Amino acid sequence: MAVEAQLSRIQEQVRARPRGALSPQARREERFFFLFISPWILGFIVFTAGPILASLFFSFNIYDAIQPPRWVGLANYRNLFRDRLFWQSLRVTSLYTAGAVPLGIVLSMAIALVLNRNIRGVSVFRTIFYLPSVISGVAVSLLFMWIFNSDFGLLNYLLWKLFHIRGPAWIMNERWVIPSLILMSIWGIGGGIIIYLAGLQGIPTELYEAAEIDGANWWSKLLRITLPMMTPVIFFNLVTGIIGSFQVFTQAYVMTGGGPHNASLFYVLYLYRNAFYYFKMGYASALAWVLFAIVLALTLLVFRSSSAWVYYEAVRG
Amino acid sequence: MEVAAARGQLFLAGRRLIQSKRRRKLLGDLLAYAVLLLLSVVILIPPLWMLSTALKADGDVFLYPPKWIPVPPHFENFRRGLTFRPFGRYFLNTAIITSLAVLGQLISSPLVAYGFARLRSRWRDPLFILVLSTMMLPSQVTMIPVFVLFRLLGWVDTFKPLVVPNYFGSAFFIFLMRQFFMTITPELDDAAKIDGCGYFGIFTRILLPLAKPALATVAIFSFMWNWNDFMGPLIYLSSESKLTLTLALSRFTGQYGQTAWNLLMAVSLVTVTPCVLLFFFAQRYFIQGIVITGVKG
Repeated sequence: MAVEAQLSRIQEQVRARPRGALSPQARREERFFFLFISPWILGFIVFTAGPILASLFFSFNIYDAIQPPRWVGLANYRNLFRDRLFWQSLRVTSLYTAGAVPLGIVLSMAIALVLNRNIRGVSVFRTIFYLPSVISGVAVSLLFMWIFNSDFGLLNYLLWKLFHIRGPAWIMNERWVIPSLILMSIWGIGGGIIIYLAGLQGIPTELYEAAEIDGANWWSKLLRITLPMMTPVIFFNLVTGIIGSFQVFTQAYVMTGGGPHNASLFYVLYLYRNAFYYFKMGYASALAWVLFAIVLALTLLVFRSSSAWVYYEAVRG
Repeated sequence: MEVAAARGQLFLAGRRLIQSKRRRKLLGDLLAYAVLLLLSVVILIPPLWMLSTALKADGDVFLYPPKWIPVPPHFENFRRGLTFRPFGRYFLNTAIITSLAVLGQLISSPLVAYGFARLRSRWRDPLFILVLSTMMLPSQVTMIPVFVLFRLLGWVDTFKPLVVPNYFGSAFFIFLMRQFFMTITPELDDAAKIDGCGYFGIFTRILLPLAKPALATVAIFSFMWNWNDFMGPLIYLSSESKLTLTLALSRFTGQYGQTAWNLLMAVSLVTVTPCVLLFFFAQRYFIQGIVITGVKG
């Protein structure tokens, strides 16, 4: 082992040697590096970097995709901040995010903790919990439209049968539509459960053994070991969760069309309408850039705060 | 005497502690099973309801209280639903788009990932950070200019906008493949190099054959995402004959005046079947993919 480690250290040193001036060999390797990643570079320029800049340019124009763009300066942004529906879509999306993301994290973490108890049949439960994630999209939206149906839907029937509660009209009700969609998102948290379960299984058992010797109970082990060790995973899921929920589209488009009374007018739905219904591509580009700014700001906020609550081991494996 | 008694007491206390601990573990396990079973039932109710509705007679759909088991099962709902619109065509369209997209990812992503995993360059780390940061970028930011580009190329209402971008690799799959390549020891590369293999030879002869599980994960996820994609087809496809399954499904509601839920659920069931089958037969790759990208991210 020691010999191997030494050998690999020497290998590394040999590899690290050509630093300042590149040897012909290193230059050749670099050329091959660019050759191999060239598909991505090309795709990045054509489908990402170029379009980001183009979208910034469009956002300062009136553009209907037929006539050439006409420069209007900041007019699109000024109109945007006066646009009632823009604020409504922002409100709807934030509300949904504030509900679905924390609830999803807490529940999937809790279920992962239960699954992590070394009991038999974990793989069967894991399969069942992940199943909804496989059939996401339009089919699930239609299924839940039917389940949320106020007169003949399964949910209201079960509520009445089990608890004698007369359920609301769910997605047809202004006040209940966002909670309904959050409920539906909870049904699909299987992916999160699998990630947390894998994270839990990666926590060294010595930590728990040491804590048990010190007389720690279940609760303090959870608070002092499990949760701190899981913070990097929680952090990752928080970031991707926020980004994902700001992109909700299919459910809103298929199930409610943004209604009733714009109560489920999600941000991307409003963006889509401006771009491909009204062909206000310039205005929609301004919306896209605001979305970009919001997502970026939220991500940075989470990143900034992470040093306060995310625990990284001193030496990462 | 006293010492012996104390020792005896200590022994008894220890045994009691172990017993109570075991009892508590058993109790906890039972509780865990109860919770998991309950959750499983809650999660399985919607898909079962889908199946139940799909097999119901037209008159039984709006029955109150609802019947769980349709007797007799109306299997002809599948035929009725699928022939109501040319769903065979839509199934084929979706299959064509999806398989070409999967092929694109399988060709491009490992190639790029190999560059990032194995070849040294001063640009490697900054460029890889760029790859990762594109994962955070909402696709809506680039959507409009990309649409304008494809319109200029005359590709709107063809499958090309849904297929071609897959041939340039995607950040998620590049990351996944790179992580996998990193787990393969570089000594294999060195051995191949000594045997006269070039970089491309190392890639195709050594790394790709070893990376089959990761390739399967890439194939499965890109299959699922393309099969279920809705916004892409919605923006680019308009001809009746070019629709995908998800697009056709979304237009199904309210076609009969009142929604024919039994037919709608039958068609939905057919739409999701390939993904469900894939999931059941290739579960390990699903889990691997989620874990690689979710935990080590």
